[in-house]
Amino acid sequence: MSNTYLKERRSESVFKALLLLSSFIIIILLFSITLTLIIESYPSIKHNGLSLLTGDIWDPVSEKYSILPFIVGTFLTSILALIISTPFSLAASLYLGEYAEGKRSSRLIKAVLDLLAGIPSIIYGFWGLMVLVPVVRKFEELIGIPPLGIGIFTASLILSIMIIPYTTSIAREVIKLVPQDIKEAAYSLGATRFEVIRDIIIPYAKSGIFAGILLSFGRAFGETMAVTMVIGNANYIPKSIFAPANTMASVIANEFAEATSDLYISTLISLGLVLLIMSLIVNSIGRFVIMKLYVK
Amino acid sequence: MNEYISSKKRERIDKIFKFSIYIITFTILIPLFLIFGFIITNGIKNISIEFLIKNPVPVGETGGGILNALIGTFILIILSSVLAIPFGITAGIYLSENSNKKYAQYISTFVDVFQGIPSIVLGIIAYVWIVLPVKKFSALSGAVALSIMMLPTIIKATEETLKMIPYSLKEAAYSLGVPYHRTILKVILPAAFSGILSGTLVSIGRISGETAPLLFTAFGSNLLEWNIFKPMNSLPLLIFNYAKSPYPEWHELAWSASLVLITIVFLFNLLASIGEKKWKIKF
Amino acid sequence: MEDQILTIRNLNAYFGDFHAVKNVNMTVYKNTITAIMGPSGCGKTTLIRCINRLHELTEGAYTTGEIYLKNNNILSMNPIIIRRQIGMVFQKPNPFPTMSIYDNVIAGYKINGIKMDKTEMDTIVENALKKAALWDEVKDKLKQKGAFLSGGQQQRLCIARAIAMKPEIILLDEPTSALDPKSTLKIEELLEELKKDITILIVTHNIAQAARISDYTAFMYLGELIEYDKSDKMFTNPSNPKTNEYLKGCFG
Repeated sequence: MSNTYLKERRSESVFKALLLLSSFIIIILLFSITLTLIIESYPSIKHNGLSLLTGDIWDPVSEKYSILPFIVGTFLTSILALIISTPFSLAASLYLGEYAEGKRSSRLIKAVLDLLAGIPSIIYGFWGLMVLVPVVRKFEELIGIPPLGIGIFTASLILSIMIIPYTTSIAREVIKLVPQDIKEAAYSLGATRFEVIRDIIIPYAKSGIFAGILLSFGRAFGETMAVTMVIGNANYIPKSIFAPANTMASVIANEFAEATSDLYISTLISLGLVLLIMSLIVNSIGRFVIMKLYVK
Repeated sequence: MNEYISSKKRERIDKIFKFSIYIITFTILIPLFLIFGFIITNGIKNISIEFLIKNPVPVGETGGGILNALIGTFILIILSSVLAIPFGITAGIYLSENSNKKYAQYISTFVDVFQGIPSIVLGIIAYVWIVLPVKKFSALSGAVALSIMMLPTIIKATEETLKMIPYSLKEAAYSLGVPYHRTILKVILPAAFSGILSGTLVSIGRISGETAPLLFTAFGSNLLEWNIFKPMNSLPLLIFNYAKSPYPEWHELAWSASLVLITIVFLFNLLASIGEKKWKIKF
Repeated sequence: MEDQILTIRNLNAYFGDFHAVKNVNMTVYKNTITAIMGPSGCGKTTLIRCINRLHELTEGAYTTGEIYLKNNNILSMNPIIIRRQIGMVFQKPNPFPTMSIYDNVIAGYKINGIKMDKTEMDTIVENALKKAALWDEVKDKLKQKGAFLSGGQQQRLCIARAIAMKPEIILLDEPTSALDPKSTLKIEELLEELKKDITILIVTHNIAQAARISDYTAFMYLGELIEYDKSDKMFTNPSNPKTNEYLKGCFG
């Protein structure tokens, strides 16, 4: 009898140890991912030094590696996507969190956003290539610039559709956190809904909305397939928002499997390292701001 | 009098604002319709039983299907689930069980941050960890990348679901002299089944459409492959390869494959929400 | 005089800095119903949670003193063993939501991995349900989930679950406070029946209930055991003025 209890006690300790151990996994993973990228990109950083960031030529054939064009391309596409998508995300989050809260019509919009969020990136890319690129080409013809169709602008358009559901869901959560009694106090003073939104909700929720936009930025610059297919894959610093370019993610996707020399691969991995560090920073800040808001 | 006018003006602004919010919100319907419209109308043309049960054929030949990619996708899903689910659930249990500890709270935030790592980066990782040492692309390396992607979702789903389970249930088990591990495994986990299942299905839905981490891991193949140590095709890879080809026939096939892929993804999402409702435990 | 079954010596219970039970000494007699009453926050629930070692599971909680079940000090034994010998029923009915009525009753064996054959299990389930006065109501739906029962039935299911383990003592923590008067009465009658086999400790803030069913009553106030005596004496002629005040409804 007491033997059984001893066994139980042992399984209990083993179980607890197992749980603790598996919680380490995520730290170990994050740590080893970072370490792996650092080690693997070290040859490139050592060989290229600062010219990785200062030059403007990416030419693997002549072993000239500057990642600046891709950093510029990444920021341009992502920020343009945020500029396009934010009005829609904010409107939708106000609609869901304020105007249609609990109403049936909000279900429709929620379903639409869920569907948009569920479409795989590759399908966005393919659709963009087949449908959006010709439209953009017409538009470029109309305004009198070279009608390429592909380029930063097209990539940003696709990205903006992709991140609307994401920003909206965070902004909506944050808007819901605004205490009902503050809103009611404002209404009881005769404020209109617009005034409540402008003077109560937005000021209260603005840090959270900012965090939502920041997290969406993280989403946007890491997005690979959709961008790869429509951005035009040009390895120089873009001259305009209609120019073809490459983002860090898209250049990895395009060239990694074909990279022949070790230095080439190492440089592509260094792009991965930059992506990782950017995503860790952006996500940490975003999560931190949101956590603060929940505590408040 | 003055006040009257100004309140009228305020009401007008209020109305205009509301109207614009509605208009802008409903504009979001347009891309949805355009995307689904094109995929369905273009995709449905080539969908047939043949399309689903035949392997791809070389350029020039007509017909051909996506069987190898379908099977590859399912093998990748199963493989990454096997890798991710056990760790995801145990880590989730730890986080919810120790939610008052600083360490667990940090890890929980870590998991959130982890979720933001771009999938292409995980592709690189699986390449360095698995492809490079054996010098061969393989389904296994793709599954490793995908399983790392699944992990945070499963951990979060487990953690959130377990946190909702009332303490009284645990007390009931303790009062019967049930040790901790049995309480968790036989009482708490079954009660959390629906939530964990739905989180897992959501994460499967997400990885089944992933392409970037597979580009230089699973790599793709034109053959029907069962061996997880060899390159393997998947639906997203097939779509990518067909889409960037110059042949219109292959574009047609890519549309149909997109329709199939999107159906699979949404089936998983649908299952997730049905499962969550159907097996929801009332306390 | 009845046999002693449980002896509490200098028991103190803490939640971190908070001293919840202060130096309690009392003896519980076999096959009796002992009621512990007092205003909320007086430590009565904490007291019985010390007896089956549930108290120490709360973060920062600990106990000092001794509690003897017959001759063994509960506080130095393996809690798992103790909890299988001392059953507990909680304020809110808490049947296992994923299990059938049958599985709920046998849960103490099944979850603990104690193997037995089907007929043995059937007998245990039937007996426990009969003792819990639930058998007639559920015998045709043993495979249904326990969550479909009414509140009073759920609570009796929890009682059946506890007594299926054949404990020496069961602890009841305000078991009827979430129930209607009819279900309450049913459970009170059931306890009278049960005490033939099992010793019962019941926490209640309902003075009338304590008077109706208990043989002994303990009155606690601010963590201290103010008075402990036969119920007949306590409710007619309490020796401590504080008890008198409480019984008259002056506080609590």
